Parts: sequence; structure tokens; C-alpha cells
Amino acid sequence: MRTSRRGFVAGASAFAVLGTKSAFAQKKYDDGATDKEIKIGHTGPYSGPASSYGQIGKTIEAFFKSVNEAGGVNGRKINFITRDDGYSPPKMVELVRQLVEQDKVLCLFNTLGTPTNTAIHRYMNQKKVPQLYVATGASKWGKPKEFPWTMGFQPDYHTEGVVYAKHILANVKDAKIGVLMQNDDYGKDYYEGFRDGLGKETGKIVKHVTFEVTDPTVDSQVIQLKDSGANVFFNIATPKAAAQAIRKAADIGWKPAQYLNNVSASVGSVMRPAGLENSQGIITAQYLKDPTDKQWESTDDFKAWVAWMDKWMPGANKADANHVFGYAVSNLMLETLKKCGDTLTRENVMKQAANYQKYKLPLLLPGITISTSPTDYYPIQSVQLARFKGETWDLFGDVMSAEGS
Amino acid sequence: MAASSKKWVLGVIAIAVLLPLLQPVFPDVVSNYRLFLVSTMIIAAIAVLGLNLLTGFNGQFSLGHGAFYAVGAYTAAILMDKLNVPYWATIPAAAIVCFIVGYLFGLPALKLEGHYLALATFALALAVPQILKYKWLEGLTGGVQGIVLMKPEVPFGLPLNEDQWLYYFCLLVMIVLFWGAANMLNSRSGRAMMAIRDQYMAADTMGIDTALYKTVTFGISAAYTGIAGALSASAIAFVAPDSFGIFLSIKFLIGLVVGGIGSLLGSVLGGIFYVLVDNSAQSLTQFIRNDLGLPFDLSAYTVFGVLLIAIIYLMPMGIAGGLYMAYRKLRGARA
Amino acid sequence: MEQLLQQFASGLANGAIYACVALALVMIYVSTDHINFAQGEMAMFSAYISWQLMDWGMSFWIAFVLTVLISFAMGVLIERLILRPLHNAPVLSIIVVFIGLLAIFNSMAGAFWSYLIKEFPSPFPKADFGIAGVIGPHQLGVVLVTLIVLGLLFVFFRYTPLGLAMRAAAQNPQMARLVGVRVDWMLALGWGLAASVGAVAGIMVAHIVYLEPNMMGGILLYAFASALVGGISNPAGAVAGGFIVGILENMVAYAGNQIEKATGVYIIGNGEKLTVALIIVIFVLTVRPAGLFGRVVVKRV
Repeated sequence: MRTSRRGFVAGASAFAVLGTKSAFAQKKYDDGATDKEIKIGHTGPYSGPASSYGQIGKTIEAFFKSVNEAGGVNGRKINFITRDDGYSPPKMVELVRQLVEQDKVLCLFNTLGTPTNTAIHRYMNQKKVPQLYVATGASKWGKPKEFPWTMGFQPDYHTEGVVYAKHILANVKDAKIGVLMQNDDYGKDYYEGFRDGLGKETGKIVKHVTFEVTDPTVDSQVIQLKDSGANVFFNIATPKAAAQAIRKAADIGWKPAQYLNNVSASVGSVMRPAGLENSQGIITAQYLKDPTDKQWESTDDFKAWVAWMDKWMPGANKADANHVFGYAVSNLMLETLKKCGDTLTRENVMKQAANYQKYKLPLLLPGITISTSPTDYYPIQSVQLARFKGETWDLFGDVMSAEGS
Repeated sequence: MAASSKKWVLGVIAIAVLLPLLQPVFPDVVSNYRLFLVSTMIIAAIAVLGLNLLTGFNGQFSLGHGAFYAVGAYTAAILMDKLNVPYWATIPAAAIVCFIVGYLFGLPALKLEGHYLALATFALALAVPQILKYKWLEGLTGGVQGIVLMKPEVPFGLPLNEDQWLYYFCLLVMIVLFWGAANMLNSRSGRAMMAIRDQYMAADTMGIDTALYKTVTFGISAAYTGIAGALSASAIAFVAPDSFGIFLSIKFLIGLVVGGIGSLLGSVLGGIFYVLVDNSAQSLTQFIRNDLGLPFDLSAYTVFGVLLIAIIYLMPMGIAGGLYMAYRKLRGARA
Repeated sequence: MEQLLQQFASGLANGAIYACVALALVMIYVSTDHINFAQGEMAMFSAYISWQLMDWGMSFWIAFVLTVLISFAMGVLIERLILRPLHNAPVLSIIVVFIGLLAIFNSMAGAFWSYLIKEFPSPFPKADFGIAGVIGPHQLGVVLVTLIVLGLLFVFFRYTPLGLAMRAAAQNPQMARLVGVRVDWMLALGWGLAASVGAVAGIMVAHIVYLEPNMMGGILLYAFASALVGGISNPAGAVAGGFIVGILENMVAYAGNQIEKATGVYIIGNGEKLTVALIIVIFVLTVRPAGLFGRVVVKRV
């Protein structure tokens, strides 16, 4: 009797254990996730030469604050830890190891810069910690076979370069192309894409000049381009140098067909300083809504963004496209976490990130959506060409995607 | 005094050697990350020591030691990447290359003094990242993309992980280099070096070959900093022009001054400070922003600037100088 | 030929920028014996002050005068509050303090006015004249303003009692004290003057490179080289140095271009122009250690 009774108790408790286990099976956590919070790591250049991009980190921080205020993600608060890497690769390695090993974050999100992300690329994949939606347009972030834990976000520079090249070949007769390039990996990526896009016609590049970020002006370079007799000008520069180049070209009476990289396609911080009259007809490729472009003011997502900015980043300059970028990419992160549900493992985060079908993200141009899969780690692959007219960008042609070009 | 300081040094080394063994006991305190952090401090200390040999002990300015650090790092990286040279063998190679570069640079530097030497070295620090991107060197240096490397593997099947091994390796290099520096400074040559700093004319008249001493010191200084660069290439497993901007040189200078000019202990303290100042500026900023609340947006860079000025205020002769003064005061009070 | 002329003119215009900032560096050096690494950032901060005043509705020239005055006060304050207590500290410690100031000014400007580039107006009329295209009205204006500031400084240091007292205080503090010069206040005045000159430079430069917190980073290096090549204690030399560096740099790029055109081989270009220009500067300095226009000071032991 006693034995069977004991057997019964044991059996019942075993059942109870099983029962609770299956109840808990819904919730699975890796480092950085609990019932109460999700820890996300981030680094950005809050100081140093790239400090203008520090605004992205500040926007993301404000965004998650607003998410927490509204109750968090599936009942969990986001603990967003951000640090200053000063755009230095060695510093980045140190900080990211701290985030992963000491702070034990669930994933890294939107770390900024090509050299900095390259420095941690292998480490993140060895540790199997997601390095999600990095803020750089290099094409190496979309290689799921070799680096399954790293994913990009924006259209890569290479693709954009191809798009311009195709447009020039189709539209400019007897093109003689002059290229101004910032002498770093970002400039190089664009330039190589551009050359690939020209294919056999690379001979059409008659002049290729570089500048350093420390150069006070690019006047000397623009003079060289004009002297080469180029009738097409491809401007691969960050805002300050891009604006200087556009202005200098006008000053010395050089009137080529101008192509400007998306990085600097801001009405407020490039076209206006360069002079609106000097900027007419410039062509660029876009995927986000330019906050200084009046045509978006009546769209719903833009209005929501303005209201959010007023509430959560009062005093911040709304003309700064970094705020748009930060807001858009944060929305994608939020959606990814929501999709993870209660299975907050690193594996599931990557699985969900690689599972978007034509998802509509706020502030993307109409017709541009997010699509990913286990073999496609490029969330945004489409851009649309736009021509500067009056005070805004005039979109034209079809939405073009990477596979198409 | 000498005997007691020797005891101290041996004691610190013993603690440093035993540190990783405490890892199983206190896994959270002595974590892999912390060992890595200490390794970066050791590397910085070696770089600052290199600068100290030149500036602190020989009286020559340099605002450009980041250049030698970069040359050392790239020497190591290219040897590992192109020729499959093992990481430990890159250390002497980087030392030799940097010694030659430093010695050659020391020749024109002989004619320059004070601010002019500062400019020349500054120019060197500016030029090196540009040279790394130079079109005809791209095949070797990887141009703007840099070179991605493998982390050093643990040899002889030792029961250590990568971070522990890196730590021991850096520690060993540091002990050898500091020991070498201490011996050199205690020798005839070392006294000649310092005589040139303190009484140039007198040293010259006494028959010291000042030109030779100054250029060789430049070479040795560059070699020390170059070795630090080579170690960093192994530790970070990545080199790129962006890692060696002008601010790197400035940070070595900060490490030198804050640690203590003309002091071996100061170089160690400078190395620690070099790593800690950023992190402490960041945590301090977080604290002020979150817990005190400010009407405007405070950045860690501001706090960094304030910290620097505050430290010079409290200890104009650096931490080593400050400690020495405090020690003297204590002794004086007891006597 | 057209390119050579344009490169020369653009070098001249850039040179004017370097000259302006170099002048401020020389001011500090002449009056305090230090090279101020924060000079560029202070000039940038002054330019922001001027921008802010104009944003509040003031006209260019009123904002200009006010900014120069505010900057003067700022310079005096920095000397009295931060450097005065450190007058016995070693030179390198002072340099670290300057780096601290650099970080503070740079980050504060970013915090107050954001890192977005801003347009900065030019006070000079947008005239279309014969050599427009080669050199713009603002560029010519900057050259002019630089020369005016230089002239004013020359008169001040040569002929006014205050200027003479300042020079005496810097060169031989003990003797100056003996003849009744308030040496400590002279240092503060020197800081004030340098900050004012820097403010003029910042305002002139901001139109050309656009206003942003990092705008002076590159320029300071050039200004540093300019001041040294001309002779760090000689204002006229510094201005000449600025023009020399500006033109030299463009000529290096031009020469590289011509070589590439002629031979088809890339040897030097824009990536190397700074390096080559600096090598030339250093070479000059090894031949003439006190700079092109500096006097060699005979040292007594």
C-alpha cells in the first residue's frame, strides 16, 4: 500500500512538473531578456569627426523611452544601453565586448560605421550575438552564409552607385564623368558600385579625385574636375563637402549633369547651404522621406513623426535627416522584438529579423518596403531617383531594386 | 629605497601573474572582458613608456607617436596576413621596423626644437594614415578597408582561453620592456640621455655624442610604441587607417602627462588612465544625466574635457608626481 | 593655364583662412609663450555666437562687433579662471589643459547648436567682376580683413604703451614687473586679444567651410604649420606662412595632376597633398629653424 501510494504521489508531482514545464515552454530567454526587460546594446560616434551621426543614437534612445512609457514590448521594458565609440575601431571592440560580456545584452542594434562594424564582425558571429540593422551601407553586411548574425538596414552604397551609372548611360550622351570621392571605405564602396554599373564603359570616367575629411575645402578638387572637361559630376561626399562642391562648381561656372549620393541628399543641410539656385537639376536616389521636403508634410507617418519629435526630442533640429533614420530603424527593431513574442532568444531574434515580407516601415518612400529571408539579409533594397526642383526633390521613374539593376 | 621598490614591483608582478587564476573563484570580477581590458591597458602603458623615453627622459617633444603605433600595427598585420608569420614573431619585426623609422625621423628632428619638433611629429601622425591609403600601397595595407586578422591562438595546449593567453603574452612583453627600460636608464647611456634633457650644453661639452644619443633614443622610443602597436593588432584583430587618427597621438600625450613625465611608474598609470578615462567619462555622464538631471544635453566629451582639466589642477605633475608628493608628506609627518 | 590660375587663387583663398587662424595662434604665443590647441575650437564657438546673434535679428556688423567683444571677455575669463592657477605647471600639462578645453568647446557647440552644417552669411557684396570665377568676393574680402587685422596688431604692438607692455611681459616677466607692468593682467589681455582675433577668423571662415562644430579641426593643423613656417613670434610671418601653405598645397595637387596627365602614372594627388606640403614645411624648418621670417634667438646658458 505504502509503496503504491508513494508511487502515486511521485507520479502526480512528476505530472505537475511536466505541467509547469509546458506552461513555461512558451517563454524562452537568452542573455539580456527576462520577464521584465530586454537589454539592447548600441554604440555611436557621439564625439570625434563623425559626431553629427551621434543624433541617430539619441533618437533611438528617445524612441525606446517612448516605447517604455507606452508599456514596453509585450510587457517588457527596453533597457537601451548606448556608448560613445568616437568612430574608433579599437574602442568599438572594447565597448562591444563590455556590452556583450558584462552587460549581457540580447543583441546589438544599429551600431554605426563601416570600419567600426568590421572590427566586431567576426567577434559577434563567433559569440552568436545578433548585430542587427547596422548603420552603414557597405555591402558586406548581407552575407548570411558566412555571417549569419549580422544584418544591414539601408540600401547598400554599391547598389546606389550602380543605379546612378545606369541612369547616366541611358540619359547622358557622350558622358565624360568626373568623380569626387571621400577617401575612405564609404567613398570607395560607392565608387566601385558606380564602376560596376558602367561595366565596359568605365572609360567614360575622365577624372577621379579624392578628398580627406580633414580637408577644409574641396575647392581644389572641383577645379581639377572642371579642368578635365567632364560633363557629368558624381558627388560622393558627406554633407559639408558635398555642399561646398556644389557651390564651388557654380562659382567657377562649371555646369555638368550632377549626381549626388543619398548620404547628402538633404534639402536643409546640403542644398540650401550650397544655394538653391546652384542645386537645380541635381539627381539623387532616395529611400527615406527627407524631413526638409515639404511634399511629405501631409502624409500620416510623417505627421506622426513630427508629433513624436515634438514630444520626445523637443528642441532637436527637425531638419536633421538622422532623426528620420533613427526613428525608422527603431520602428523596425521594435517590430522585430514584437514578433519574437516570449521567445527572446538570439536565434529567434535573427529568425524574425530574416522574416519580413513587404513590411511597410514608417518614413520610407511610398512603394519601398522591408523584405528579408534567411538568404536575403538586405532589408531595404530599393531606391527611387529624384531630381531637385525648386525647393524639393521631385521623384521620378520606378522604384528600383538591387536585383533589378 | 631601491630594495623596497624592487619588492613592490615583484609583488605587483606576482599579483598580475596570479590574476587569471582567480577567474574560477570570482568569475564575475575577473571576467574575460576585464582581462582583455587590462591587456589594452598594458598595451597603452607600453606605448606611453615609448613616448616617455623620448619626452620624459630625453626632453624631445612628440605629438605624433600614434604614427609609430600605426607602423608597428601594420607591420604586424601585413606579416600575419601576407606571410603567415606567427603573431609572436611580429613583435621583434615591428620593433626593428619602427626603430629604423624612428631613427631616420630623429635625424631631421635634431635640427628642430620645442614647438617645431611638435609640428614635425604632428605632421608625421597626420601623414601616416594617408600613406596607408596611398594607391600603390593598397595591395599591402588593404587601403581604406584595412586588414582583418585572427586572434592569437593558445599555444602548447595550455589550459587557457584566448583572453587569458593574450593577457599573459602582453604581460610578458611589458615586463621585458620595462625591465629593459629600467636597466637602460640606470646605465651610463641612460644618464647621458637625461643629461641631454637637463643640461644640453654641458652634456655636449662633456663629450657626449648628443646627436647620436638623440637619434637612437628616437629609434628606441619608436620601437617601444611600435611594439605596442603590434600587440594591439593581435588583440583587436583588425587594423584600418581609422584606428590611427590624430587623436590617438594626443591620447598618448595625455596618458604621458597624466601618468607622470619621466617616471616608469607614471607610464603604467598613464596606460591605465588612457583606457579608463573614456569609460569613466561615459559613466559619469550617465550618472549626471540620469540621476542629477540637467537642463541641457550633456555629452561625455564635455565631461572628458572637464576631467582632464581637473586632474591637471589637482596633480600638475601627473598622478605619479602626485603620489610621490603625498608619500613625502606622509613621511614628513611621521618624522 | 586656366586651371593653374584657379588653383593659385583657390590656394590664396584657403591661405587667407589659415593666415587668420595662424594670427590668433601667434597672438597667444607672443603674449603667453604657449601654443593654444583650443584656439580653433574657440574661434568656432565665437562664430556660433555670432550666428546666434544674427539669428536673433541683429545685422552682420553689429553681431560681428558684439562677438569680438564677447570673445575678448571669454578669453580673459579663461586665462583668469583656468590658466592663472596653473602658471607654475609644466608646459606639457598646460597642453593637456588645452586639449580639455578643445573637447569642452567642441562638445558644447554640438549640444547647443547641433552638428548640422549651417549657412553663414558673407558681409561682402555679391559682385560679379572680372576675375569672379577665379576668386570670389568673399575670398578677396577675407584676404583684406586678414591684412587689416594684421595692420591693427602691428600698430598696437609697436606704438601703443599697452602693446609694448604686453610684449615686455611675455618676453621678460621679471624685468617687466620691475618697471611696473602688471604681468598677470597682460597675460589675460593677451588671451582676450587672441580670442578676438580668433573670432574674426571664425566668422570669416564659417562662410567658406560652413558652420559646424568640427569646422576648425582640419584648419587648425594648417594654421599651426603656417604659424611655424612663418615664424611663430611674427604676426606678419604667420600671415605670409598661411598664404604659402595654402598655395603650396594646391600646387602639389596641381603638379601631381600634370604629371598624371603627361605620363599616365599616378604619383601624387589630393590624398597626398597635405603630406607633401608638410614635408616641404618641415624641410624648410630644418634649414631655417626659426621659420622663414623669424629671428634666431641666441640662447644663453
